[in-house]
Amino acid sequence: MILWSIPTIALLVSSFREPTAIAASGWWNAITEPFDFTIDNYEKVLTQRGMARSFWNSVIITVPSTILVILVASFAAYAFAWMRFPGRNVLFLVVVALLVVPLQMTLIPVLRLYVNVTIDQELPLLGGNVFGVNSFPGLWMAHVAYGLPFAIFLLRNFFGALPRDLFESAYLDGASDLGVFFRIVLPLSGLAIAALAIFQFLWVWQDLLVALVLLGDPDLAPMMLTITSLVSSFGSQYQLLTAAAFISMIVPLFLFLALQRYFVQGILAGAVKG
Amino acid sequence: MATVTYDHVTKRFESVVAVNDFDLEIPDREFLVLVGPSGCGKSTALRLLAGLEEITEGNIYIGDRLVNDVTAKDRDIAMVFQSYALYPHMSVYDNMAFGLTLRKMPKEETRRRVHETAQILGIEELLKRKPRQLSGGQRQRVALGRAIVRDPAVFLFDEPLSNLDAKLRVQTRAEISKLHDRLGTTFIYVTHDQVEAMTMATKIAVMKEGVLQQVGTPQELYSRPDNVFVAGFIGSPAINFFEVTVSGTREEMYLDHGCCLVRVPDSKVNDLLPYLGKRVIFGIRPENVHDQEYQPPNIAVAPVRAKVDVTELMGNEIFLHLIMENGKPFLARVDPRTKARPGHTIQVALNMAQMHAFDPQTKSVIRRSDRL
Repeated sequence: MILWSIPTIALLVSSFREPTAIAASGWWNAITEPFDFTIDNYEKVLTQRGMARSFWNSVIITVPSTILVILVASFAAYAFAWMRFPGRNVLFLVVVALLVVPLQMTLIPVLRLYVNVTIDQELPLLGGNVFGVNSFPGLWMAHVAYGLPFAIFLLRNFFGALPRDLFESAYLDGASDLGVFFRIVLPLSGLAIAALAIFQFLWVWQDLLVALVLLGDPDLAPMMLTITSLVSSFGSQYQLLTAAAFISMIVPLFLFLALQRYFVQGILAGAVKG
Repeated sequence: MATVTYDHVTKRFESVVAVNDFDLEIPDREFLVLVGPSGCGKSTALRLLAGLEEITEGNIYIGDRLVNDVTAKDRDIAMVFQSYALYPHMSVYDNMAFGLTLRKMPKEETRRRVHETAQILGIEELLKRKPRQLSGGQRQRVALGRAIVRDPAVFLFDEPLSNLDAKLRVQTRAEISKLHDRLGTTFIYVTHDQVEAMTMATKIAVMKEGVLQQVGTPQELYSRPDNVFVAGFIGSPAINFFEVTVSGTREEMYLDHGCCLVRVPDSKVNDLLPYLGKRVIFGIRPENVHDQEYQPPNIAVAPVRAKVDVTELMGNEIFLHLIMENGKPFLARVDPRTKARPGHTIQVALNMAQMHAFDPQTKSVIRRSDRL
């Protein structure tokens, strides 16, 4: 835990130091007296370098992408695990097969497709195009599509491991498929869904490639994109980079801390005699 | 409250026939126990009725209603599962109220029913707990409660006692019987344990390899089994079977064991007449094999010499593992005063009035006098 935290702490400490101090001594010197911290770095990055706008862009991109994946994947996983329909296994196999398709291979076809379907109108509230390139909905859809195979795979395995008796009991009690899904499956799957949410959130939050390809407009750029451009234009200004990097870490850090209790909690205990 | 009718029901899974031409009418208020070894199709028969499996051929009626295409939730059935299948994220109260809430019952009525049922089962103080905070016996009660509270037309039980320890099982057995009397509803209960079947059922249906073997009261199945399988399955310890030849004459008929002859009582001679000179399977229950010294009076006895292999004292009786002179082992359940010890050779008396004879080809009982 301590070992794991050291780079994070180093980053945090450095981001509050003067540029001259960073250049002159290691970060550990700053945690001994005399203290000499500044918030200038954060001020600069947020106001002059567009990090504030990028932060919101990241949120706008990540949150819907995560929620949509969970929503679609949990419905699909439930169907794959518990509903009987023709071609179920073949379809599931196709989904699993998609796991091995490298994302990079799809970038050009997707971009070409997006160029063709771009709706070149301003999206109200969020900005950018309504769909296609340079649009948030377009990026959401791309992230959802990239995230789905793994999400369906993960949830299907989890749902499939729930005891069959529970479902049958609920059917006999009068629940429909939808009722079983919302009243039995979802409450019992907090663990898997939390894990999936963290995976997907981090993946989208840290994504550079997809955003780089599909979003050209710097006003729409998420933080990863902005930090990259900071690196290329201010490569030597570590104080700004550390501040920017730390801003980009805050949200995943909080997310993880908030959801980690689900990892610990075994919610399924007591379902069937064990 | 309803009758349940299986009308020539067949269920196939791919090429496997799980239930084969199952034809059975279960009257209202019956406590029917479906019993058989594992894999005999008894659970499948139950699940077909519950609507958890689709019927391949035939019809199932609940009351007068054909339910083949009625979904599980609309069949007015409640089921208690072997695993209890309690919803782990809900309190006991919510578990019991689940079915009522889904059926849009008013809150007040739901509350009243849940509390009433909890009172019957003595689980009122558990209503706020989660299933994981309950013992096995308590979970079992909650599962029962969840079924009762819905007041269904038919109750189904799928081996509900298998996960309880022996003492609790005996206790719960009695409680389920009482519950049946109290609710006056049709109960259909699946088990592989013939003791459960014998103690609780008003009717037993024995199944083997998907085929219904015999239906009857526990007493009927015990004393008049239709075939070798039923005779062997019902009763503990199990019945003794011997391959014998029918010999002698109409006036003096014997079963020839190869080492000894056993006289057939006059009451059975007519049944066995067509088999004179042929092989039959002769069955006799251990309690009808007596130590000659302590045999009850007024029974049609046939004496047989046998070597004692092992004795097992049960307290009120002794099980003797015996070996006939031809090497065939069999079991006797005798008076505890017996002086038989391992290694001794003793005379045992077979109560031939209670004998059973089966055709070695068809494995069916030879009971000619019934048909005439």
